[in-house]
Amino acid sequence: MGLLSDPNRRRALTKLLTRLNAPICVMCYLAGVAWFMGLAFEPFTLRTYMSENAMGSTMVEERFPAGERALATGREFAAHKKKVGGMPVDWLVKTMQSRGLEVFTQSFTRKLPFPDENKERYMVRGTNVYGILRAPRAPRTEALVLSAPCSEGNNNNQAVGLLLGLAQYFRSQIHWAKDIIFLVNEHDLIGMQAWLEGYHHTNTTGGDWSPLQGRGGSIQAALSLELSSDVITSLDLVLEGLNGQLPNLDLANLFYAFCQKIGVLCTIQGKLQRNDWDTTSGYSHAAQTMMLMVLKQASGRPWGDHGLFLRYHIEAASIRGINSFRQYKTDTTTIGRLLEGMYRKLNNLLERLHQSYFFYLMPSLSRFVSIGYYMPAFGLLAVILLLRVSFHLWDNRGFYFYLTPSSPGVLSILTPVVISHMTGVALYTLPILSQEMAVQHFPVSETEAVVLTAIAIYTAGLALPHNTHRYGTEEGWRVLKLVALLYLAVLLGCTALINFSLGFILALSLVPIAAFITPHTPKALSAAIMVLLSPGCTLLYCVFLFQELQETPVSLQDGWMLFLSVISQGILDHALYGSLVYPLLALLIYPCWLLLWNILFWK
Amino acid sequence: MATHRCNIFMLAFVLCGLTCVFVRADIQDTNHVKAAESGAVDVAPKTNIDASLQSTQTEDQTQAPEEERHWEAETNPADAPSDNKADHVHDTMQNPNSPPAPSAKDQTQEAAEEERQWEATAVKEADHVPDTMQTPDVPPPTPAKDQFQEELVIRPLHSGDIYASFQFRTLWDTDFLRGSKVSHYRLFPKSLGQVISKFSVRELHISFTQGYWRTMQWGQPFLPSPPGAELWVWFQDTVTDVDGAWKELTNVLSGIFCASLNFIDSTNTVQPSASFKPLGLGNVTDQRFLRYAVLPREIVCTENLTPWKKLLPCGSKAGLAVLMKSEKLFHSSFHSQALHFRPVCQDWKCKSTVLELRQTLNVVFDLHTSGQGKREWSLFKMFSRTLTEACPLASSSKVYVDVTDNPQGELFELSPTTPLLSQVVVLGDRRTYSVYDLTNQATFGQTRSLNMLLRWRAAESGDMLRPLLHGERYVAGYGLQTGEIHTLMYNNHPYRAFPVLLLDTVPWYLRLYIHTLTVTSKGRDNKPSYIHYQPSKDRLRPHLLEMLVQLPPNSVTEVTVQFERALLKWTEYTPDPNHGFYVGSSVISALVPSVVAMDTNSTRECPLFSSFFPCKEESSYFMRVYTEPLLVNLPTPDFSMPYNVICLTCTVVAVGYGSLYNLLTRTFQVEEPSPGLAKRLANIIRRLRGVPLL
Repeated sequence: MGLLSDPNRRRALTKLLTRLNAPICVMCYLAGVAWFMGLAFEPFTLRTYMSENAMGSTMVEERFPAGERALATGREFAAHKKKVGGMPVDWLVKTMQSRGLEVFTQSFTRKLPFPDENKERYMVRGTNVYGILRAPRAPRTEALVLSAPCSEGNNNNQAVGLLLGLAQYFRSQIHWAKDIIFLVNEHDLIGMQAWLEGYHHTNTTGGDWSPLQGRGGSIQAALSLELSSDVITSLDLVLEGLNGQLPNLDLANLFYAFCQKIGVLCTIQGKLQRNDWDTTSGYSHAAQTMMLMVLKQASGRPWGDHGLFLRYHIEAASIRGINSFRQYKTDTTTIGRLLEGMYRKLNNLLERLHQSYFFYLMPSLSRFVSIGYYMPAFGLLAVILLLRVSFHLWDNRGFYFYLTPSSPGVLSILTPVVISHMTGVALYTLPILSQEMAVQHFPVSETEAVVLTAIAIYTAGLALPHNTHRYGTEEGWRVLKLVALLYLAVLLGCTALINFSLGFILALSLVPIAAFITPHTPKALSAAIMVLLSPGCTLLYCVFLFQELQETPVSLQDGWMLFLSVISQGILDHALYGSLVYPLLALLIYPCWLLLWNILFWK
Repeated sequence: MATHRCNIFMLAFVLCGLTCVFVRADIQDTNHVKAAESGAVDVAPKTNIDASLQSTQTEDQTQAPEEERHWEAETNPADAPSDNKADHVHDTMQNPNSPPAPSAKDQTQEAAEEERQWEATAVKEADHVPDTMQTPDVPPPTPAKDQFQEELVIRPLHSGDIYASFQFRTLWDTDFLRGSKVSHYRLFPKSLGQVISKFSVRELHISFTQGYWRTMQWGQPFLPSPPGAELWVWFQDTVTDVDGAWKELTNVLSGIFCASLNFIDSTNTVQPSASFKPLGLGNVTDQRFLRYAVLPREIVCTENLTPWKKLLPCGSKAGLAVLMKSEKLFHSSFHSQALHFRPVCQDWKCKSTVLELRQTLNVVFDLHTSGQGKREWSLFKMFSRTLTEACPLASSSKVYVDVTDNPQGELFELSPTTPLLSQVVVLGDRRTYSVYDLTNQATFGQTRSLNMLLRWRAAESGDMLRPLLHGERYVAGYGLQTGEIHTLMYNNHPYRAFPVLLLDTVPWYLRLYIHTLTVTSKGRDNKPSYIHYQPSKDRLRPHLLEMLVQLPPNSVTEVTVQFERALLKWTEYTPDPNHGFYVGSSVISALVPSVVAMDTNSTRECPLFSSFFPCKEESSYFMRVYTEPLLVNLPTPDFSMPYNVICLTCTVVAVGYGSLYNLLTRTFQVEEPSPGLAKRLANIIRRLRGVPLL
C-alpha cells in the first residue's frame, strides 16, 4: 500500500479525490442506481437450484387423495365457526383427536396499545388449537409445523379443511421422522406470536398467554396455508418476514420444484414468471417483481403468518391460494399433494435448512439475486458518504484540516446532536403516551391521534434545531457534517447488512442530501429538497410506488389515508411483534436527518 | 402351574427389589428423608382419614400420619426384631386371605412387616410373595441349575394402540465371582458370559430404544428406557481401575451389539450418587463402582436386534422369539430392547446366588399405521407370525393378555379364550391377565397354532387413569447465545405428595449457570432437600445434577436452569453440525403412591374384611420416568465456505489492517533535498566511527 504511505502519491490521490469529488459522487450514485436496476435483468441473475442434498434427488410420490373430503371438513368448520362466532375450539379439538393427534389448546389475551383500525381490534382474546402428529419411533426432538389461520368471516375455511385432511392422511403413514404440528391460530399474527412465545417460553412483547402443554422439540420448518376458495388458479409464495428476514432460499426452491412437478401455476409477489426477458416489457415485469419484494422487505413487517417464525431460526413461508379469472384451475387434491410432497421432503432433512442463501432478492420464482450481487449497489451509494468525508477532511493540497483546540467546533456540535436525538426519542415515545390527551382535546380517534401526534412531532422537529446555536463557525458546521456523514454511513451500513432493502431505500434518499448539503447552498431550494427527501416523504413515495407496482393505483387522497395507516401499522408492528423499523427510523435515521437539516441552517 | 407361579413370584420380587433399592438410596442421606417426612406431614391433613380412624382404636398410638410411619420404617430397619417377623411373613403367605388383626399391636407389626420386606434383599434370605397369588400353598420349586423362561405380555392401550412386551430370563448357576474359571455354558450366552467374568461386572443394564414412550397416552411401561442407548454398570468392588474397565467394556459391548457404544467416553459418563442403585443382590452402594452413560443419538435397527436375538437359547428359531420379525417390529410407534444382568437369589431361602440375564423387548403398534385404524389386533397382524410351540429349552413359556378393563368381555372379545386367569399387582395397580401356557399343547388347539385375536366391541375404550407421574422437558429462548432448560414434573395424584429424584446429565458444551437454578411448584419456590451437582470440565466430563424434590399433590413442578452455548473447536463439530447437539433425557426416579392404596373408598368389589387397612406392601411402588432428549443448536460456522473465509480474512488482514496500521504508526516528514557529496562522505565516516550522523 505504497499509495497511501508514500506522501507524494498520496497527495496525488487526494488531489484527484478532492478536485473530482462531486463528479465522482454523482457517478457513484448513478452507477449504484443502475446496478440495482440491472439486478432484475435476467442474464445478470442466477437460476435457483436446490442446494440441500437431502431434499434434492429423493423424489417422493404424492398420493393425497382426499381433497373433496377436506373441502367438506372445511365447510363443517365454517358452519361451526359461524355458530360459535369465532374459533370453534371444541369442534377442532374433537376433530383433531379423532384423527389420532395429540391435541392441546392455548388461550391468550392481548391489549393493543391503541385500536387497530385496519383489522378492527383492540382487546384481543383468543385460543390456538394445535394437534401433534407424533412421528413413530422418533424421540420428540424435531418437528415441522403446518398452520392455517382461523380468520374472520368466510376466509381460510378451505385452508383449515385441507389442514385437517392432511393430518388424517399423514397420520396413517409410517415414514415420518419428525413430529408434525398442525396449528390453527386465531387472530392471525397475534395468535401466532402467542403460540411461538409459548412454545419457546419467551416473552418479548409483554403478551399474556397460557403455557403450552405439548411440544415436539425444535421446529425445523413451517408452512402457513391460506386458502379461501375450493379451486384456485395459482399459488403465491410469501417469504418476507419480520424485520425483513427471509427464509432459506431452499424453501422457495422446494415450493417451486413441486409446483413444476405437479403442474400448478405459482407466483411470487402475485406475479407470474415470464420468458421474454429480452423485451422491455419482460424486463419491466421482472423489475416490478423485484421492486415489490424490496418494498415489502423494507417495511420490516411480517407479510404472512410465517413471518414470526424466522426470529426463532425456523425456516417458514406462507402459501396463498389465489383464485383469479384464469381458465386453468387447480383443485384441493392437487394442493394437498403439493403440500404432502413438500412435507415429505422436509421430513427427509438431516439438518436445518442452511445450505442455500438467506440473503437474496427474487425477480421471479426461478431466478434470484444473491447478496454478493446486490451489495455493490448499496456499496456504490455508501462510498459517496466516505468520499464526502475525505473531501471535508482533506484540503486541496492533500493535508488534513487540523482542528485547533481553541475552536468551539467539537463542543458546539454536541447541542444539535443531543437535541435532534431528543426529538427522536419524543417521536418514538410520545405518540402512544399522549394518545389519551390528544383524544380529549381533539375530535379524533385513538389511532388517528397516535398517527397525527407522530406527524406533528416529526414536523416540529424541523423547527427546533436552528435555534440551538449562536456562535456557528465555518469549522463548526464542517465538524457537524463530518459527524453526520460518518454517522449516516455507519447507520446505513448496519441497516443494509440486516435488511438490504431498507438500507438501500434510505440510502437512495438520504445520501444525496447528506453529500451536498452545506450552509452556503440556496436556503429555500435546499430546504424544499431536503423535506422532499426526508424519511417521512420517502415513506409516502414508497406507499404510492407499492400501489403502483401492485397495479392498484390510488388517488392522492387515498394515498394519504394509506400513508397514515401505514404509520399506525408500523407502530403496532413494533409494539406487538417487535418489529425494529419504527424505532430505527424514529431513534436513529430521523435524528441523523435533523443533523443535516441543522447544517443547512447553520449561521 | 408351578412355573406360572414362579413367574409371578419373580415379578413380585423385582418390584420389591426396585422399591427396596430406591429406599436404600434415600437412607444414605438422612437429610432428604427428613425433608421427605416433613413434606409428607405437610400434605398429611387430607390423607390421614384412615390414620385418625386407627388412632381412635388405639389410644397409645402416635398421631403421625401414615406416610411418616412409612418413612420411619424404611429409615431404621435395624431396630426390628426380624426373626419372628419372618414367621409373620410366612404366615401371611400361607394364608393370604386371612385379614390382618386390627389390634393395637397390629400397627407395630405392620410397620415391622414392612421392615422385613425392605430387609429381604439385604439379608438374602427370603423372598416376598404378594397375597394376590392364586395358589400360595404350593411350596416354591427348587430351580434347576440353569433355567430359561419366556413370556409375552400384551396390553391393549386406551389410545387404541397395542403394547407387546417380551421377557426372556436365563438363570446361570455359576460363581465366577469367587475366582473359579467358567468354561461350560449351557443356556447362558457365552459371548456375554465371558465379557462379564472378564470385567468383573456385578450388574449390567443396557437398553436400545427407538422412539419415546408416551406416558400420557400409554400409561406406564413395564421397563422404562430413554430414547437412544443407555448403559449402566456396577462393577465388583474388587475392580481397581474402574474407568479402564468401563472403557474396555463399552468397546466390547459395542462389538457385541453392533451399536455405537464405543462413543461412550468420559464426556458422557457420570456416576450418579442416588438415582441408579443396584437392582440385584449385594449391598455395595459406593458410586465409585457405578458408571452411567446415555447416547441419545443412537439409532436402533435390525443390526442391533439380530445380535440381541442370538443371545437367546432358542435364538429366533422357536418359542416366542419367532414373532420377532424385524420388518414388523420396526413398523411400530415404539421399539425398545434391553438386557439386564444381575445376581439374584437361587432359591426360596436365598442361600446362594445365581446370575440372572433378563432380555426384554417392548413394542407398541400404532392403531393408525399398523392397524389401519381398526381396533382389531391379532398376533398375526402384529408380528405376521403365529405361535406354534414353546422354546423346548424353556421351563416356562406363557403369553399374558391384559384383560383388567374387560372382566366380562364387554369391551373387547378375546379369542381363543383361556380358563387361566392371573392377578398381579404391577406398577401399583391390580391387573388381571388371561394366561396362555405354551408348554401345554391344548393351548394351540386344533390348528396347532395360536393366533390370539382381540376385537373391540365399542369404538371407544374408557378413559385411562392418568399416570401419576410424568415428566417433560424443553429448551426455551431463541438465538444462539443462551437458553434455558425447563424440566416439568407432573404429580397427578389427587392428595398425596411424594419425593422424586431428578438426574440431569448435560454435556459440557452447554455451560450451565447453576446459580439460575430454580425449582417452583404451584408458583412457589420448592427447595430441594438434596442437591448433588458436579460441574463440567471442558472436553472432559459433563454436568451432573441430582436433586431430591418433593412434588406437592396435583401439581406441576418446574426446574429451570439457564445455559450458555459454547463455541466448539472446528474439529469438534459433528459432520452434521446444523442438526444440533443432543442432550440426554433427565431421569426421574420416584416412589409413587400406589393406585391400589389410593382406592380407600372401596370402589372395587372385594371382601369387607380385606379392605379396611390399606395394604402396606402396595402403598407405593418404584417408578422411573425418562423425559425426552433435547436437540440444541450451537453456534456453527459456515463449513461450506472455508475457502472464501480464508481468502476474505487474509485479504482483510493484509490490506485493511496492514495499511491502516501503517498509517496510524508512521509519522510523515517532509523529505529534505539530498545532501551533497561531501556530506555523504562525512556521514559514512561518522557511521564507521559510531558517531551520530550529520
